[in-house]
Amino acid sequence: MIETLVIFLCCAGMLLFLGGMIGILRLPDAYTRLHMAGMLDTLGLLILLLGLVLYGFLHAPMSLLVQFKILLLWGFVLVTSPTATHAMVDAGVRAGLTPWVQPDAKRRRK
Amino acid sequence: MESFILYLGIVLMGIMVLPLYRAVVGPTTLDRLMGMNAIGSKTVALIVIIGLVFDRVDMFVDIALAYAMLNFIAVLAASRYLHKRGRRDTAS
Repeated sequence: MIETLVIFLCCAGMLLFLGGMIGILRLPDAYTRLHMAGMLDTLGLLILLLGLVLYGFLHAPMSLLVQFKILLLWGFVLVTSPTATHAMVDAGVRAGLTPWVQPDAKRRRK
Repeated sequence: MESFILYLGIVLMGIMVLPLYRAVVGPTTLDRLMGMNAIGSKTVALIVIIGLVFDRVDMFVDIALAYAMLNFIAVLAASRYLHKRGRRDTAS
């Protein structure tokens, strides 16, 4: 039971990482990429860490303290990763980076 | 089960190559910063996975925790630096 849960969580984390990276490559503007990378990286990492904590139950040498440390890391990432993304977007706005607008949208507005 | 974690690490290393492209090509410095942050957050997961593969999890979890803090501070410092210097860069 736990084994299938570990495999599912780890694969879901990998899928989210992949989604984040595809978003980084394909999206037109720095802000949209940041939106994608910030969210999916954080969620992927959180789910992957949960999977590794559950893997600790199967894997004998991982003591309870280490699992608690991984949960500590989980909480740390939960707080800092969105904050880092916010800091990056704030830097971009202050640096005067204008968000991308779809070309034909401009014509429709006139 | 042991080999599953190993393959997980290998796939994660493969995924980590993609933001490297964005970090190198990225038109604005904001893209480069984002590429660095993406690679950094994946390295945290990779360190824990390597710890599992080498059966030394208690040592590697501490390294992963330290690396997560380092990555966070680096992104804050770089974005603090970017919004002062970035004006010339994005304006060009």
